[in-house]
Amino acid sequence: MNNEMRIDMLRGMMRIRAFEEKIQELYLAGYIPGSMHLSTGQEAIPVGCCMCLREGDYLMSSHRGHGHVLAKGGEYKYMMAELYGKKTGYSRGKGGSMHFAHVAIGVLGTNGIVGGGIPIAAGVGFASKYLESDRVVVCFFGDGAAETGAFHEGLNFAAVLQVPVIYIIENNQYAISVPRKLSDRLEDLSVRAAAYGMPGETVDGNDVVAVYDAAKRAVERARAGGGPALIECKTYRWHGHHAGEPRDGLVYRKQEEIDSWKEKCPIRRLKTQLLEEQVVTEADIDAMQRGFQQELEEAVAFANESPYPDESDLLRDVYIAEE
Amino acid sequence: MRQISLREALNESLRYNLQHDERVFCWGEDIGVLGGAFGVTAGLIDEFGPMRIIDTPLSEIAIVGAGIGAALGGLRPVVEIMYIDFTPGCMDMIVNQMAKIHYMFGGQCRVPMVLRIVTGAMGENAAQHSQSFYSFFVHVPGLIVVTPSTPYDAKGLLNTSIASDNPVIFVEHKRTVNIKGEVPEDHYTIPFGKAEVKREGTDITLVATQALMHDALKVAEDLEKEHVSIEVIDPRTLKPFDKETIFQSVEKTGRLIVADEGWIHCGMASEISALVAEEMITYLDGPIVRVGTPDSPCPFSPPLEKAYIPGEEEIREAIKKLI
Repeated sequence: MNNEMRIDMLRGMMRIRAFEEKIQELYLAGYIPGSMHLSTGQEAIPVGCCMCLREGDYLMSSHRGHGHVLAKGGEYKYMMAELYGKKTGYSRGKGGSMHFAHVAIGVLGTNGIVGGGIPIAAGVGFASKYLESDRVVVCFFGDGAAETGAFHEGLNFAAVLQVPVIYIIENNQYAISVPRKLSDRLEDLSVRAAAYGMPGETVDGNDVVAVYDAAKRAVERARAGGGPALIECKTYRWHGHHAGEPRDGLVYRKQEEIDSWKEKCPIRRLKTQLLEEQVVTEADIDAMQRGFQQELEEAVAFANESPYPDESDLLRDVYIAEE
Repeated sequence: MRQISLREALNESLRYNLQHDERVFCWGEDIGVLGGAFGVTAGLIDEFGPMRIIDTPLSEIAIVGAGIGAALGGLRPVVEIMYIDFTPGCMDMIVNQMAKIHYMFGGQCRVPMVLRIVTGAMGENAAQHSQSFYSFFVHVPGLIVVTPSTPYDAKGLLNTSIASDNPVIFVEHKRTVNIKGEVPEDHYTIPFGKAEVKREGTDITLVATQALMHDALKVAEDLEKEHVSIEVIDPRTLKPFDKETIFQSVEKTGRLIVADEGWIHCGMASEISALVAEEMITYLDGPIVRVGTPDSPCPFSPPLEKAYIPGEEEIREAIKKLI
């Protein structure tokens, strides 16, 4: 792995972290309506996976999807505007945090229904195969989604169709408050891949290079017509299930546990390495961080200045006019 | 003109669309070699091959979900769920995904997909293979719901459905698949939201869907001898719904009966009655009478099933209440 790529990885993760921290602050201050789910601590997974993708590739995501959209090329300002419920947002203010899509960069949607994107991704992969394109699909979801019927049916059908879909489990240890040990009897969720006749592997989801290596193998295989794969990335969400959750997740988790995972912060890990190897300097990192802060201020201003949808937009896009 | 069955009319529409649009494909349980549980897809696999006529695993979530994905990926899927009774298992895909994707992503994504389902009670199939709850789908904004009763309407409306960029629920009633009628060999379409007066009359407006439309015509013919003139209207699509044609008829007759095989409570017959009550009550000379299935599951035993299924007898009783 060359240094340039590792710097890109660091930048990508910092870009997500800066966004999540900023919107958390804005949410708690009452500027962002509704509800949203933060991916702070899980940044290595979208960055490691999306660095294996080409522009035309597809991405489907979950309710915890800000990082995925950003890693695929989403811009702060249109995301911020969407979070504010403004007409200039990616989904014209109709979707909010759980329903980002940006078709132009291949983001076919985040999803408010846990596991909802899994069978859909199989179909997107089918379209790619049917049209003889070499576009692959990456589908992100959490460990909770791995317990749904949609997971079983979606992975099985993807395998039967031999479509180019890479399923990524972001195992952050909890389905809202329910810990892994109450959800199934498995140590590694990736063993389920064998049940569908596809390759599966489990990686350290806080090691961006490990995520990248695993995703690259799966993407190359899928692009060459080798069919779907399942990758489990073990990680941890630093905050509660949703922004503003009472005691920020401490109702069902211990502070020591959270602290121990913060020790494994994917950003600090790569940053330390790059500093030690003198690939970057503290000044470089500060400059990156300042750049993100500046861009975020602009995004907030853009969101603030943008209009809300008109009341007449309420019924717009329920149906497409028939020709 | 030549006469063909409703099943053959649907088959002809599928064949035409498969021939003329490479993006069209079909999948579902047993639609390939077997030709579908009701023979609608018979012979298509021989002509178009297993890449376009696809037998799927018994996975309704995946069948609908991956159909949605294929539509997002640029194809025009015609997906079959064998019985409407099996759709509750994939209701999330229909209600939360298929219906909403266009709206919640601000109009960016289209789901040009047809979901064909079989409805109706016939032949002692008991509680889980006899239902007609398509009013569930009419309830959900974003879905088109099509309910043809004749071979002519079936072919024209399926052509329109496949050409539509909206997600369509296409409902085929068991009791109508073998009914024959005049169908042109040439390609034609029938617009959504256009009811048809199937028989003109002056005394009573009888709105009837699918199999009950045929029962209504028979009763109307019989009563002509008794000098009762019944106007039979087939809505043909339940969403969009052509209320104007019905209003015009009610203005003329002053009496309304609505016959639909769904359960009466909160069903389509109730919805149509409410529309007329809300906007046309001053034209009514008597109560609106609803004909449908009673508030019970469909029983197995032949005499009980007979009591459950609405038909000519129930329509006659409804007419008696008004004259």
